[in-house]
Amino acid sequence: MSMKAKRSWFLLFCLLPGLVLMALFKIHPTIEVFQKSFYLWTGIGDKPQWVGLRNFTDLFHDDVFLLSLRNTGFLMLVVPVITLFIALVNASILTRSKLRERSLYRTVFFFPSILSFVVIAILWSFIYHPTIGFLNAGLESIGLGKWALAWLGDARTVLWALAVTMIWQAAGYYMVMYMAGIDGISPELYEAASIDGATPVRQFFHITVPMLWEIIRITIIFSINGVLTISFVIVSIMTAGGPDRHSEVVMTYLYSQAFANSNFGYAMAVGVFVFIVSFLLALLSNRLTERGNN
Amino acid sequence: MAANASAQPARSSHPPQTMPHTGRQPFAWLGRLLLRLLLIIQALIVVYPLVWNVLASLKTNEEVMENPWTLPKHFNWSNYVNAFTTARIGDYMLNSVLVVAMSMVILLAAALPTAYALGRMNFRGKTLTTNVYMAGLFIGGVYIIVPLFILMNNLHMLDNRFWLSAVYATGSLPFSVYLMIGFMKSIPKDFEEAALIDGCGYTSTLFRIILPITRPAIVTLIVFGFFDFWNEYVLALTLITSDEKKTIPIGLSNLMQIQQYATDWGSLFAGLVIVLIPTIIIYALLQKRLTDGMMMGGVKG
Repeated sequence: MSMKAKRSWFLLFCLLPGLVLMALFKIHPTIEVFQKSFYLWTGIGDKPQWVGLRNFTDLFHDDVFLLSLRNTGFLMLVVPVITLFIALVNASILTRSKLRERSLYRTVFFFPSILSFVVIAILWSFIYHPTIGFLNAGLESIGLGKWALAWLGDARTVLWALAVTMIWQAAGYYMVMYMAGIDGISPELYEAASIDGATPVRQFFHITVPMLWEIIRITIIFSINGVLTISFVIVSIMTAGGPDRHSEVVMTYLYSQAFANSNFGYAMAVGVFVFIVSFLLALLSNRLTERGNN
Repeated sequence: MAANASAQPARSSHPPQTMPHTGRQPFAWLGRLLLRLLLIIQALIVVYPLVWNVLASLKTNEEVMENPWTLPKHFNWSNYVNAFTTARIGDYMLNSVLVVAMSMVILLAAALPTAYALGRMNFRGKTLTTNVYMAGLFIGGVYIIVPLFILMNNLHMLDNRFWLSAVYATGSLPFSVYLMIGFMKSIPKDFEEAALIDGCGYTSTLFRIILPITRPAIVTLIVFGFFDFWNEYVLALTLITSDEKKTIPIGLSNLMQIQQYATDWGSLFAGLVIVLIPTIIIYALLQKRLTDGMMMGGVKG
């Protein structure tokens, strides 16, 4: 065999397995989602029937979908903002104040982000549990028994309860990212600032946040996408969309349309819609957070 | 800047690290106390649910119902026995171990050669191939689960642990390729040239020369892969139908559904602890690898 032929065979050996997997389990399904969202398709044996944009126009007359969109929007706004703020504050405390035990905190805070979402969801279902949960028991023991609620069973609190779980899960992950970023900031900047009498809080807003801005922009997009993924597991285990659909999110709605109602075409339209919206959100957040001076 | 840096050691005779915080402000110690308090409260919020879970796994049902803040009167190990016998946590765990192992083999077999070709060789279609993987970073999970399910149904790949593993490996492929390309590119070109002159073929150059050098990155891939595969829920829920092939996240969520009617809390909590143990062990061993790897892959995007 010539050298050139050997090289070609080697390349094929390198690239083929990956490309076959990608084509089969990623590229093909992605094309299918876009294509079949224009079809009415109700059942595996059925022949899909072209309906044009009807699936998409139906979305806007579907009250449950609109409610799930609103709930998802709430989580996509509240969870990233609070998560990233906590992560940023903790990262800057742990890197800037030279506490001896800081690596211990880092280890502890990062831990929830490697736990299974299922374990987290089950654990928090019991924290919120009206009779055996320790949240209500804790409130009672400090004399705030009248604040005890069925957190996941009450339409007013359910989304916040889910948001807290998601923040608990993710804050440590972003904290570690920010710590890496802060380690890259020149210490002289902080020294100069403290000689000029800037308080740690001022240093946080005038040095840490601006210097980390590019990383913060990336994490905003990561976090918005993360909410989509994790909300599926958290909601389907903790509330199943209840009470009365008040915690339904788009991903659980997509799933139930597909696998409970066999409404495949419609479910794919939901998928396409969410994909486009989250893509636009990423663009929008990129545009809004762009700094004028560069 | 350079002049500034060289002047610094002379300026601060005491350790420069402590300079911004001590001395100047009389209430600095109070600030540190408040910071510590803030951190300790947060650490408790993270750790307490897990401690509570371990305690609850050792209680009887009545004790669980009574008061969530008390310690168990005596350790009730029967919950763990029940978790293995009636709840069959052991079987689910075995499935998970099998699926994680197969996914890892498929992932490494596909990702390492791909990253080598894309990172160190030149050929037509290289940019296109790289772009396919980069685009793959943004697509996955629940979006494509419906067509994936239909495809695998048509190809009779459903309810099969091997094909589930193949799907898992594909899910992690774009990120792994992206991470490894960066590593492959950082190895000097001379390595292959020397190997080729010595009569090493392409394949043995890859396996004997390049892969050993990239071992730290491979370990990072394995750590990430372990957590992704061990914890995955949505795909396992959809692509596996028979009970004896289910992985541990599915087993646990089933267990939770059942417990709501049967109220045998103890064995559910025991099940959670059993699942937590491998995670905690791996985290304790490889924590630094994991956070370092995250910075490597996540920040320098």
